[in-house]
Amino acid sequence: MAQSCVYRELGGTSPRYWGLLALLAVPLALGAAAYFYIEHFGHIVTGMDNQIVWGMPHVFAVFLIVAATGALNVALAASVFGKTAYQPVAPLSALVSVALLVGGLALLMLDLARSDRMIVAMTHLNTKSLFALRVVLYNGFLATVAVYFWFMLERRMNRYIKSVAILAFLWQLVLVTGTGLMFGFMVARAVYDSVLYAPMFIAFSSAYGTAVFILILLAVCNWEERPIAGELLRRLKNLLAIFAGASLYFAALFHFSKYYLARSHEVGQFLLFDGGVYTALFWLGQVAIGGIVPLALLLRSRVSRRTVAAACALVVLGGVAQMYVTIIGGQAYPQILFPGMAESSSFFDGEIHPYTPSVPEVLLGLGGAALAAAIIAVALRALALLPERLDPTAGPQA
Amino acid sequence: MSADANEALSRRGFLAISAATLGGVMLAPGIRLIEIAGARAPEQAASKRVRWGLLIDTNKCAPGCDDCVKACATENGIRSTGHPRTDPQWIRKVELKDPRSGRAHSAPVMCQHCEHPPCVDVCPTGASFKRADGIVLVDRHTCIGCRYCIMACPYKARSIVFQEVTDQNPDVPRGKGCAEGCTLCVHRVDRDQQPACVEACAKAGHNAMIFGDLNDPQSEIARRVAKYASTQIRADLKLNPGVRYQGL
Amino acid sequence: MPPHGLLRFFACLLLALPALAFAAERTPKPFIVIDKPGQCVEAAEIMRREHPDMLKHQRDRTMREGIRTRKYSLKECVECHAGAKTASVIGEKGFCQSCHDYASVRLDCFGCHASKPKLASGAKP
Repeated sequence: MAQSCVYRELGGTSPRYWGLLALLAVPLALGAAAYFYIEHFGHIVTGMDNQIVWGMPHVFAVFLIVAATGALNVALAASVFGKTAYQPVAPLSALVSVALLVGGLALLMLDLARSDRMIVAMTHLNTKSLFALRVVLYNGFLATVAVYFWFMLERRMNRYIKSVAILAFLWQLVLVTGTGLMFGFMVARAVYDSVLYAPMFIAFSSAYGTAVFILILLAVCNWEERPIAGELLRRLKNLLAIFAGASLYFAALFHFSKYYLARSHEVGQFLLFDGGVYTALFWLGQVAIGGIVPLALLLRSRVSRRTVAAACALVVLGGVAQMYVTIIGGQAYPQILFPGMAESSSFFDGEIHPYTPSVPEVLLGLGGAALAAAIIAVALRALALLPERLDPTAGPQA
Repeated sequence: MSADANEALSRRGFLAISAATLGGVMLAPGIRLIEIAGARAPEQAASKRVRWGLLIDTNKCAPGCDDCVKACATENGIRSTGHPRTDPQWIRKVELKDPRSGRAHSAPVMCQHCEHPPCVDVCPTGASFKRADGIVLVDRHTCIGCRYCIMACPYKARSIVFQEVTDQNPDVPRGKGCAEGCTLCVHRVDRDQQPACVEACAKAGHNAMIFGDLNDPQSEIARRVAKYASTQIRADLKLNPGVRYQGL
Repeated sequence: MPPHGLLRFFACLLLALPALAFAAERTPKPFIVIDKPGQCVEAAEIMRREHPDMLKHQRDRTMREGIRTRKYSLKECVECHAGAKTASVIGEKGFCQSCHDYASVRLDCFGCHASKPKLASGAKP
């Protein structure tokens, strides 16, 4: 770390900061209330049914988890790939990664139909289950990032940063691959059933994570006038543009292959053209708002902080839309038991399953996001994680 | 004379004894075979020598007939709450129509009790498991209700219980928050009875369903599977289900 | 009052709280009435201490291996211990419920397991 960087905790007057926490407490409290409501009455009070078993909480949770792994990219760029320009913001990147992961994992645990058995979930692990393996991987990731954090903040441990960063990088790759394959290996569902989910989720995680990270960074710097170098901003926006472009590429490849191959043509057609809300969210949400418009904004040579922030917000919105299409759309399309035949039954075989998100589900999902934000707010106030100045006079050579 | 009589007796006796022993030795395997196919003592564990399966002749399945579905609901204490989208269903009749030829027929579909069940692979706690004799079950003591098994099942065999359950059949514990599916009436099978659906179908005279031990070459199901063509649903997935269909 | 005096006052109040535990009228006493004659599978002291382990051990043997011996089966417990009037082991004066309420230990079994014996629940025998 550059010696000339002075790190400082989040400043601002006490009432202002407590006001921020009070603001975050509202979705947190609503999320908690939603959780207890669902836990008491059972999932019957949600919009989920036996056709759509994973609803809005999963959309939010998977988004947060996927973004979490990608949010570490900026720190890894500094520690593994030697891009010293990112070094001053590396601790913040690690913090955002941990906070998003905790928020997402909490959501997953809280959405269990038997959430009173969380201890069972943590102590009984089926080694063949990708889901169970991810529990191990996530906790390991948290531990690795915690160690990475420590090495960054503790001057004496700075020389070991590279080794733990490489470990975190490899761990992150395995983790996102596992998350992608959790969907991709479900061969029974036509929307999944593709190994492409692994690299696609790596691209998504990089894009969403970087977008969230930049938003937090800009928010903190706005909170109390910490200047940012134009150079750092330029690098970050280019990084996000690369990841958003990669996401578009993999999405295009995925949908094209589904549409092109005869065995998956029907589901490809459903996703791209016939899927109603899913088609709309794909084209408008994932492609336009989440991909093309941000790219157009970011690929200009001179961009203001406001434009970058807007582009990041659009990428995040596009990401949530993509998760909705993947998770809900993947369940809306029925399992094909008898290929080539028209099926119908009292258990809704052969039809597109409808789904309406319910209020408790959305509140729970927002609560998870608020938890991540609260962790960031509290950690930034308690620890000195961001330099006072991120402009050339104090920062390292770009 | 007495010596001769003694010798003859002892020879006869010896022959008698050896004949009895030989007969016993030859019968003993037969007795053991009957043991496998017959009742298993309560203190005996399920054995992997057995593989329970169903053979369903859809040619005998009338569209609109749902005797098997009703029998399953009665046996397992599954009551309709008036909300079919959230009610569990362990077995259902799927009406099929070939859009090109117009041929229509129907088939009952339930948990296929695969040899390589995807639900068992994905369950994070190992609650979804395959018993030694091939029946795939949910251990509700460990189920956390994550619904991953429902996502992974190709046959839409599993449901999650959305509301509290009361008045369960003491033989079939089931409750809110746990995943569940056809158990092949394991509580009846262990008592040497048939699954409720099979029994109801036979009682009504349709005789479309046969239950038995696929590993026992003498059983009716094994003999039919060896003689007549039968298929598995989504055989391309190579899960080797224990439920086989004719006429699909 | 000076600050440390206030602190002392509240500390004394907190320390006095356990006295509330002696409000005996509000503690639900276990209602142990066994309507069916005969002995339990083990002595009462052993049952009180060991029944969770017995059930936990038996459940894995039954569930995973298919061993259905009747001695420690939960179904048999319910058959015997269900109250004569309510035909249930849970509910206000239920055998299992009242003791578990007294000990303040959550009863998870009857979310899934039938709390009434076979014929009472209306299921097919």
